[in-house]
Amino acid sequence: MDLYLPIANLSVNALVIIGLGGVVGLLSGMFGVGGGFLTTPLLIFYGIPPTVAAASAASQVTGASVSGVFTHMARGTVDVRMGGVLVGGGVVGAGIGVLLFRLLQALGQIDTVIAILYVVLLGSIGGLMAKESIETLIAARTGRARTARKRRHHPLVAALPMRWRFYRSGLYISPLAPLLLGMMTGILTMLLGVGGGFIMVPAMIYLLGMGTQVVVGTSLFQILFVTMATTMIHAMTTKAVDLVLALLLLVGSVIGAQVGTRISMKMRPENLRVILALIVLVVAFRMALGLGWRPDEIYSVQVQ
Amino acid sequence: MKRLFRALLPLLAWPLTGAAEPMLVPDVSQREVEIRYSFSGAELLLFGAIVYPDGRAPDKPADIVVVLKGPEQSITMREKQKVAGIWVNAASARFRSAPSYYAMASSRPIDAIVDDRTAAIYELGLDKLQLSPASLNANAELERFQAGLADLRHRYGLFVERPGAVEITDGVLYQARLPLSARVIVGPYTAETFLVQDGRVVAAAVRDITIRKSGFEQFMADAASDWPFAYGMVAIIMACAMGWAAGSIARRL
Repeated sequence: MDLYLPIANLSVNALVIIGLGGVVGLLSGMFGVGGGFLTTPLLIFYGIPPTVAAASAASQVTGASVSGVFTHMARGTVDVRMGGVLVGGGVVGAGIGVLLFRLLQALGQIDTVIAILYVVLLGSIGGLMAKESIETLIAARTGRARTARKRRHHPLVAALPMRWRFYRSGLYISPLAPLLLGMMTGILTMLLGVGGGFIMVPAMIYLLGMGTQVVVGTSLFQILFVTMATTMIHAMTTKAVDLVLALLLLVGSVIGAQVGTRISMKMRPENLRVILALIVLVVAFRMALGLGWRPDEIYSVQVQ
Repeated sequence: MKRLFRALLPLLAWPLTGAAEPMLVPDVSQREVEIRYSFSGAELLLFGAIVYPDGRAPDKPADIVVVLKGPEQSITMREKQKVAGIWVNAASARFRSAPSYYAMASSRPIDAIVDDRTAAIYELGLDKLQLSPASLNANAELERFQAGLADLRHRYGLFVERPGAVEITDGVLYQARLPLSARVIVGPYTAETFLVQDGRVVAAAVRDITIRKSGFEQFMADAASDWPFAYGMVAIIMACAMGWAAGSIARRL
């Protein structure tokens, strides 16, 4: 079923895009990640121009995180104050991201930078996740419990001036730390079309030392608002948001997400994390190969 | 400049050939191509008649070349090279007038019809396009970029060469089919027809074609460029509504 995308200026098979959204949604439901890190590369691989892919993938992440935020709000597992600071940083970061995007585009290095960022981020996060979850699995087999890491924020965070109380997170720290964290993920959201949950969650736990019960809800809260802001910034600046493409992705992903949530309830969390770590590593590996192997297209055209 | 040149094409051919020369009466199957939701490319039929002054086709058959061209673009081309183990864009060249679409069909292979110089003057053939380089690259480099562009757009179906695809019936009626890829951009297109005899272009004629988005597709493209805030809001609301709806439906199941 061919469908013409009015902004991307090409026709795609609608069922393929819905299916792609479905797979990403399934993963996001199973693992509680937005899935943007898969959508953008897959769309580019399918032939969608990179800018359109990143701009439209952001709204898919919005759709994937909405119902999660509602659920967490109802349970009271969102630190709204912390979330607000993160969102503020995220919006500023998205603004910086636009400038970076333009600069890199003018230099002709945007594709390479995006690929390198993916390899470095996914490679390191995937590696950490794999290490940790395999250790957990081994500990479960041998029956010896791992010594829990003492929850404490990073010394650098403690050195920052000004301190706010974040009751839900159980923290008394400088708001600059989450602001900077939000800013960094905002830049990534703008450049890569990812929600940034896969960086946000570990950073909240290991850098800020937030209570684990509010980490996922607060990260979803931040992702929801930052992807909204990113979609708007893309619409206003790059004008690369393709509503038809976004709609197709959304149809697939919201359905997939619900199925994924059901599957995740039946599986052990440790196993889920090993699988997610492997998927992340495979994507990183594929992107790394793309950098090192002779690419299919040596030439690219940019219209002025 | 190009436009003027195109308008003057018949005049250029005229004085070279004298008064009693043949004329072309060309037409195309569609003067307007509309891009709709199901657009996955189209095929244009370029056809017409050769009118000889004495009403008879000459004994030695003439050749027909048709060229369909899309709007010209100012482009930057980049070339990837391996630097420190990874492939990055290392060289670039700018061209002021690269056709976004170029398709050519001829009744025989083009090198059998005209010599190189004539082909270059009339831009007959992918290697004869006048891209007007705007950057200071060496000639060899420019040729490499031009070949790269031709190869890239050829694979996207944007540059097409179909030698031998023009059919001439009884020496007076001709027709050729040219494919329009789904990746064509909107804008004014021109269909040029050349009548070639003994390696000389003896008659030329142009027909204009408009490719535009229609209905919903046009509306979306306009909305994205003219009301970006409203467009962005629609995207956000759509995403939220769908995510929320799916969540609440799933909870009831």
